[in-house]
Amino acid sequence: MSTDKKLTVSTSPFLHDKATTPWIMYQVVYSLIPVIGAAYYFFGLGALAVLSFSVAGCLATEVLFSKTAQDNGKATYSFDKIKDGSALITGLLLGLTLPPGFPLWMAFLGGVVSIGMGKMIWGGLGQNVFNPALVGRAFLQATFPTAITTWSPPDGRYFEFRGNNIGIPFFKAENVDGVTTATPLSKMKFDHYFTDWQDLLFGNTGGSLGETCGILFVLAGIYLIARKIIHWRIPVALLLTVIVFSGIFWLIDPLRYPSPVFMLFSGGLMLGTVYMATDLVTSPITPKGAWIYAIGIGVFVVLIRLWGGLPEGVMYAILLMNAATPLINKYVKVKTYGYK
Amino acid sequence: MSADHDILHPTLTFSHGIHPGEYKELTEHCRIERMPFVEEYILPLSQHLGAPNKPLVQVGSKVKRGQKIADPGGFVSVALHSPVDGTVKAIGLAENPGGQMVQSIFIKADSFSTQQLSPSVPKSYEDMDIREFISSVQDAGIVGLGGAAFPAHVKFSIPEGKTCRYIMLNGCECEPFLTSDHRTMVEFPDEVIDGTRILQHFLKAEKIFIGIEANKPDAVKILTEKAKTSGLPIEVVPLVVKYPQGAEKMMITAILGKEVPTGKLPVDVETLVTNVSSIAAISQWFRKGQPLIERVVTVTGTAIKRPANVLVPIGTSMRHVVEWCGGITSPSLGNTRILLGGPMMGMVQKSLDTPVVKGTSGILVLTSNEVKDLSQYNCIRCSRCLDACPMHLNPSLLGMLAKKGIWEEMEENHVLDCFECGCCSYVCPSGIPLVQSFRVGKSIIREQKAKQKDKKN
Repeated sequence: MSTDKKLTVSTSPFLHDKATTPWIMYQVVYSLIPVIGAAYYFFGLGALAVLSFSVAGCLATEVLFSKTAQDNGKATYSFDKIKDGSALITGLLLGLTLPPGFPLWMAFLGGVVSIGMGKMIWGGLGQNVFNPALVGRAFLQATFPTAITTWSPPDGRYFEFRGNNIGIPFFKAENVDGVTTATPLSKMKFDHYFTDWQDLLFGNTGGSLGETCGILFVLAGIYLIARKIIHWRIPVALLLTVIVFSGIFWLIDPLRYPSPVFMLFSGGLMLGTVYMATDLVTSPITPKGAWIYAIGIGVFVVLIRLWGGLPEGVMYAILLMNAATPLINKYVKVKTYGYK
Repeated sequence: MSADHDILHPTLTFSHGIHPGEYKELTEHCRIERMPFVEEYILPLSQHLGAPNKPLVQVGSKVKRGQKIADPGGFVSVALHSPVDGTVKAIGLAENPGGQMVQSIFIKADSFSTQQLSPSVPKSYEDMDIREFISSVQDAGIVGLGGAAFPAHVKFSIPEGKTCRYIMLNGCECEPFLTSDHRTMVEFPDEVIDGTRILQHFLKAEKIFIGIEANKPDAVKILTEKAKTSGLPIEVVPLVVKYPQGAEKMMITAILGKEVPTGKLPVDVETLVTNVSSIAAISQWFRKGQPLIERVVTVTGTAIKRPANVLVPIGTSMRHVVEWCGGITSPSLGNTRILLGGPMMGMVQKSLDTPVVKGTSGILVLTSNEVKDLSQYNCIRCSRCLDACPMHLNPSLLGMLAKKGIWEEMEENHVLDCFECGCCSYVCPSGIPLVQSFRVGKSIIREQKAKQKDKKN
């Protein structure tokens, strides 16, 4: 044993759990596969095209920001960073918040803004305050308000592009099929029409790619909680807040206000609850903080939906509470063992 | 405090903690075997927590097995005894398992000796008062054998005004791989009960708990049987298998449902916690006059040819113990890590020449089978570390503060309550060396505090 000098010295612990950050990210990606399948089922090729372009925008930006200067003055780009799966999630989630007939170049641009402004300028993975996908979506909503509220209806056209999918950048897009519909929330807001709850649950409604089948999100959420990828606190607290807060108004005036079931399964609430409010990076780290954050989102969702100028409020509700998260983390402490 | 006698499905535990792989199957059925004597022994003069020993022998002195060779260096210190008949070859610096160079006594064994213990049994404990008992335990060199090597007699000295309502024997052995306490309980249950009887004679506790993790049903069974006929108020308590169940505070919380206040000791919640093997050592001292000159060491790991539980004379070099167990099968030592203790809190060794000391519960050889190279990512605030920390700290925050070197704020966030169990680093998906950075932070904070104290004086 003359090779003793080559023993590695490091400090305990020497065992490690199997879960690594990329493993966690890919679990989230896998749980999205049925959701993506449903988007294709309802909206056909347009859905996949929008998702592909938003993912491409995210991955390209991540690589672009990996640029490092070399001694010889040549810049190099690294593809390593995208392997952790986090940019892929951002791209998929951004795509799921967009309408099926959305211009593909805009989806790509949204991905660029998501990763560039939502993540990389903060310092990359784990450093951002706001959910990157929602930063991208907020940018798109502010910049292209018409495109992002033009909804192509769910129908059986699996192999065609939809709406303005193939529009040319910065030129007024031609709607290829000319068919549009309204979402259950805008019908509620502007026409006082409440969509059937069966259609909401199974997703047979107009809306963004991920605003369709509510049941799939419930299942995906249960899967992620069971695999300990996300904790039950935020989804449960958020949904309960929405049920209670909107339920009070519904009980007071059921003709004017939507039922809690409608609130839960319309719009992006399920997508936002399972995949965005629970974003590990941008939600509070302590259990008590998570409750405050989730209740805050629930309250904002109901406020914006019932009294706001927009039909949907999930995005702003989450972004607002993202903004509060650093403060919650600072002031809501854990109770250490042995302290009163 | 309700007792749960369902051995396989106990409910008593603490909150948080982790479930690492146990790896105990390698040695849990291996009978304790005696390590043959070797030529040379190295006995560091500080194998326990507290003041180093004062040597009583000179170079050239003839020593007997069991003979005291160094006196305690203070109250928080214990005596040291020669593990063999032999000659003091040198007194000088040697590397101890903690990595420091410390004064040590080198003894060359007498190869013609029978190495029989020439017992000098202390007078019957029943004729002693508590003060005599405590100094007798100190004289026997007995320390906590769980790993921390805290002098046993210091624990037994209940301070004025405090009471000891409960004695807890710690048989959890929650570190993966280790089985030395397990085998001691199964093979020497009478010594465990007898040591308890001696301790109880002086402390007169209301209740004695023996806490054992449920993955040792044979130990639970045999000690329950022995306890029944002992006439002592003993209750054997199976505990949920979870790391770090064997930490003093976690065991108290599991059994009594109480927290030990920060900065306080178990005695502040009227409890004394001591390791089962230390209690067996008490019996060996008072009945046979054998001081702490040997201990059971689990030699294990997938790269050890013949994993075993070995009764090793203190001071035997690890090299001899590992060779006794067939050596290391892993061809490349580069990936190999050799630890004293378990994989969660053990100390890595840079060579095999360090000796087995009183706190060595295991020699563990890990290879790339178990130790994975972790890629490091930024913290994604997944809160797994918060859910793992048995002290309910916020390791994520502490890790960030440690990285930036903001020690004051680490202290405000209770880093000094961290007992370095390593759960946070175990679960961190981003591979951040959390507990490792807390060790640095803690020692810097303690250093600064000591400096401030010096200034004041």
